[in-house]
Amino acid sequence: MQLTTWLQLVLGRPFRRAGHRTALVAAGLPLHLAVVPLWLWLLGTMAALVPAVTPLPVLLTLVALPVLLTLVVTPLLTVGQRRRYRALVGKDLPRPAVPGPGRNWKSAVRRLTARALWRQVCYHAVAGPLLAVLDLAVLAVWAAALVAASIYVWSWALPPQWRVTDLGYTTQAAYITAGGLALLFLGPRLTGALVRLDTRAAEVLLGPSRTEKLTRRVADLAESRAGVLDAADAERRRIERDLHDGAQQRLVSLAVNLGLARATLGDLPEDARKVIDEAHREAKEAIAELNNLVRGLHPAVLEDRGLDAALSGVAARLPIPVRVAVDLPQRPSPTVEAVAYFVVSEALTNVVKHAQATRADVTVDRIGETLLVVVADDGAGGADLAAADGGTGLSGLAKRVASVDGTFSCRSPAGGPTVITVELPCAP
Amino acid sequence: MRAVIAEDSLLLRIGVVKVLEAAGFEMCAQVADAEGLLAAVEEHRPDIAVVDVRMPPGFTDEGVRAALVIRRQYPRTAVLLLSQYVEERYAADLLAANTSGVGYLLKQRVADVEEFAEAVRRVAAGGTALDPQVVAQLLVRRHSDPLDRLTTREREVLELMAGGRSNSGVAAELVVSESAVAKHINSIFTKLDLPKADADHRRVLAVLRFLGVATA
Repeated sequence: MQLTTWLQLVLGRPFRRAGHRTALVAAGLPLHLAVVPLWLWLLGTMAALVPAVTPLPVLLTLVALPVLLTLVVTPLLTVGQRRRYRALVGKDLPRPAVPGPGRNWKSAVRRLTARALWRQVCYHAVAGPLLAVLDLAVLAVWAAALVAASIYVWSWALPPQWRVTDLGYTTQAAYITAGGLALLFLGPRLTGALVRLDTRAAEVLLGPSRTEKLTRRVADLAESRAGVLDAADAERRRIERDLHDGAQQRLVSLAVNLGLARATLGDLPEDARKVIDEAHREAKEAIAELNNLVRGLHPAVLEDRGLDAALSGVAARLPIPVRVAVDLPQRPSPTVEAVAYFVVSEALTNVVKHAQATRADVTVDRIGETLLVVVADDGAGGADLAAADGGTGLSGLAKRVASVDGTFSCRSPAGGPTVITVELPCAP
Repeated sequence: MRAVIAEDSLLLRIGVVKVLEAAGFEMCAQVADAEGLLAAVEEHRPDIAVVDVRMPPGFTDEGVRAALVIRRQYPRTAVLLLSQYVEERYAADLLAANTSGVGYLLKQRVADVEEFAEAVRRVAAGGTALDPQVVAQLLVRRHSDPLDRLTTREREVLELMAGGRSNSGVAAELVVSESAVAKHINSIFTKLDLPKADADHRRVLAVLRFLGVATA
């Protein structure tokens, strides 16, 4: 068992995928060499022509042609390189963004001046020839290894003057065989190193630039974050609906039955009546508590009627007078609405809990593409952004606002008044 | 009195039926959605329909919309809406059209059996029953102006009056004499600059118009 494992380590692993990699290297050679004739042409022209003698237009044409041809073949070669990677090692090189789609001259200019194009030219014209040299070297190592390792197989076919001795064992041939075997072991490693180098060069020069990658990543993250937020909102709505259809209805029905028992069972002993009274009261309190909990999640009225109706509902349940002024020509997105609702309802809860205020003011306006929410109270002030309050304190509010790229500010000098200002971006 | 109930939650429907039957109502039909409700009202022409706000298929405000249709097409049938939460917007929709023979209460009020039966009777007789929570919301919207001039007690009386209570109802709720209530009401009407009105219904109308929900 151990012997087979060892054999696998020594013999199996290096050779696994060596065939594919070598094929990749072999296929890379013509592609890497493709631009070399054009460069030779250009260099030849420059060396052969004397600027003073040749008419300028001819000179320019002769210099410009190879450059232009390089630009023409670059996209083709890039396609070739992508295919090489996909076909031989199943790797998809990331694509850079295509600048200027379209067929007019403007987009053509944009394509020509795009960095991506010049990075490609760099790969095909500069990195390519250098890689071609390495390709050749690696292929030569493979060839030499195969030829040398198998010398005993074909040495009898050589003409006599090439052969050192008769057929059969010679010390020289044994050395050559050993050398060949050594090269065979070296082959995969060299191939692997070259493939790594080539891949790196291709990714850097043919793929998207760092800026592009980051831009894409940011776009992806923004999209996935929006998805997470929407999912969380949808989940809140689902919980709200489930509670409404389940627990709340059952509790109400329980309270109704207890109420009926109270009303109809007139001849009960005193203590039994007390128990029923108590249970009836408890059931009603449980309903009120559950209603408040559900309201904090995502009230149905917010979905049906928007912020104005939902916020006046919040305000009406507070023990202090609250003025609500909502002025929205059109409704913002459900996510933004939910955040605005959460901010106001939590802020007002905090006002009642901590501020000893006698009144509060809520205004919601839309200014351009910003939803401006202001909650003010005439309480004691000194609200602390750092005070942890189980996610519902000011820091919790700030986090919820930040989740939709909003800004949150709280000014609360000791002695009041406290003003919480929230700006939420909403797309037009 | 004959009644129809529309409520999708079976448990609650059974509860409401029990309460109304105990209170002496005759139940003509029990349905679970707005469509069934309109059909039942068409068939039985009851004195009152007790309607859940959120019903299938959309679970939004189907009950409110059905209530408006009923009030328009069958003026002899009063409507009492029941809701998990009261929203003054729904109330405003309902009251903007007419303030007689409409009611809007929290579902949990059904548990206070006697008061609930009383509210159903009041609405069926052409009166109004608004949940205290709705009235509170209406007052939030009108937080300024003459309301600030009312005393705390006058405010309590105004809220009960807006909910559709008669003088004796307000008196019973606040445990004061009816003459004291009448005095408070007079002072409220003076302070809010409302036309004096004797009948319960016209008085409620005046208050609701002042709160900005009832039009004509």
